[in-house]
Amino acid sequence: MGVQEVRTDRNELLDTCLLAGRILIEGGSEMSRVEDTMSRIISNAGVKDAALFTTPTGIFASIQNQPFLQLRAIQTRDIDLEKIARVNTLSRQFAAKEINLSQFHRALIHLDGHVPYFPMWLQIICAGIVSALLMVVFTQQYDFFDIPLAGLTGAVGFVVATYIRRLTKIKFISELTGGLALALCALIGVRMGLGHNLDNILIGGVMPLVPGVAITNSIRDLMSGHLLTGMARGMEAVLTACAIGFGIAIIISL
Amino acid sequence: MNIYLQLLIQASFSYLSTVAFAVCINVPRRGLNCAGLSGMIGWLTYWALMQLHLSVMIANLAGAFLIGLFGLLFARWKKMPVITFNIPGLVPLVPGGTAYEAVRAFAQNHQTLGIELSVKVAMVAGSIAVGFMFAQLVADLTRPRWGSWRKLAKK
Repeated sequence: MGVQEVRTDRNELLDTCLLAGRILIEGGSEMSRVEDTMSRIISNAGVKDAALFTTPTGIFASIQNQPFLQLRAIQTRDIDLEKIARVNTLSRQFAAKEINLSQFHRALIHLDGHVPYFPMWLQIICAGIVSALLMVVFTQQYDFFDIPLAGLTGAVGFVVATYIRRLTKIKFISELTGGLALALCALIGVRMGLGHNLDNILIGGVMPLVPGVAITNSIRDLMSGHLLTGMARGMEAVLTACAIGFGIAIIISL
Repeated sequence: MNIYLQLLIQASFSYLSTVAFAVCINVPRRGLNCAGLSGMIGWLTYWALMQLHLSVMIANLAGAFLIGLFGLLFARWKKMPVITFNIPGLVPLVPGGTAYEAVRAFAQNHQTLGIELSVKVAMVAGSIAVGFMFAQLVADLTRPRWGSWRKLAKK
């Protein structure tokens, strides 16, 4: 047993650990979970004295006093909880010795490419439902006449933002066009007499896109001592809010 | 409007909208119901405290605290990460709409309103984060005892 522990491939171990960390950060996990998972993977493989450094744009892992150091850059940051749940399950299985390191590594590589998503039509319908219902909940006005238009507005904004996101790498542009499209939809709808209160419909319509969760998470990261992560994610959230706000302000002031 | 009817509307709308948002951010299927429940609990707490005319910050803090606590329970029950239930559960509370309104106010040259709304965003987000920290504290206090119960059960 002792011989086998020594023979654990350190490079594969670091690669597995960094892959898990990258998938977690891309899925929008909080930093304490990322660090916890990465250090558990290394200690469960029987290697002591790991040194980790995590930021939302790049992660480093090394083993102290040994010539092993690897780093990975992180390009995208979304919220995808299926990824986090799956990495968590795999890490638990590895801790319980149900799978070995190379199986774990292969499972992570497979997970990285093939995350199951809900079908697109279902996501669009759900974006509409979010907009329609949160308009009532958030504004505290029981105005049921505006519900269909708010739902349509939210769905249009979500569709435009999602598809533009696939065309361009710049998140700001996709959110700006999403804001433009949903404001246009709401404005035309209200002019045609399908809704009463433009402001309420817009608040409902932006709900699937706005970075409320991102703002709260960045403050949580700041409070738990991950200053770099908190600042970076907070800035990203502010940029998202700016993109959506500017997009809508352009249309409204036409 | 009748208070019971209002309660029914608030509960059902917050549950359904949380589940719908959970689908948008790809929560695993077996977690959807619990995510919706935690969203409903958090929002009803906030709503009830606002009906009693307490301050926005206390209401948000209490809502986030309960979401955090129920998230812990659901996570231990379903063996899934806590944030699977916390992130969708937050959606009715979180100040995303206010953040958008603040930027819109700035863009339309209403600077004073914009600053007012931005400060509100920061305060609400901060109180939600503090609520979560309290829930995390409860989790840290109860974890050793849970562990020792399991050890006792094994013996």
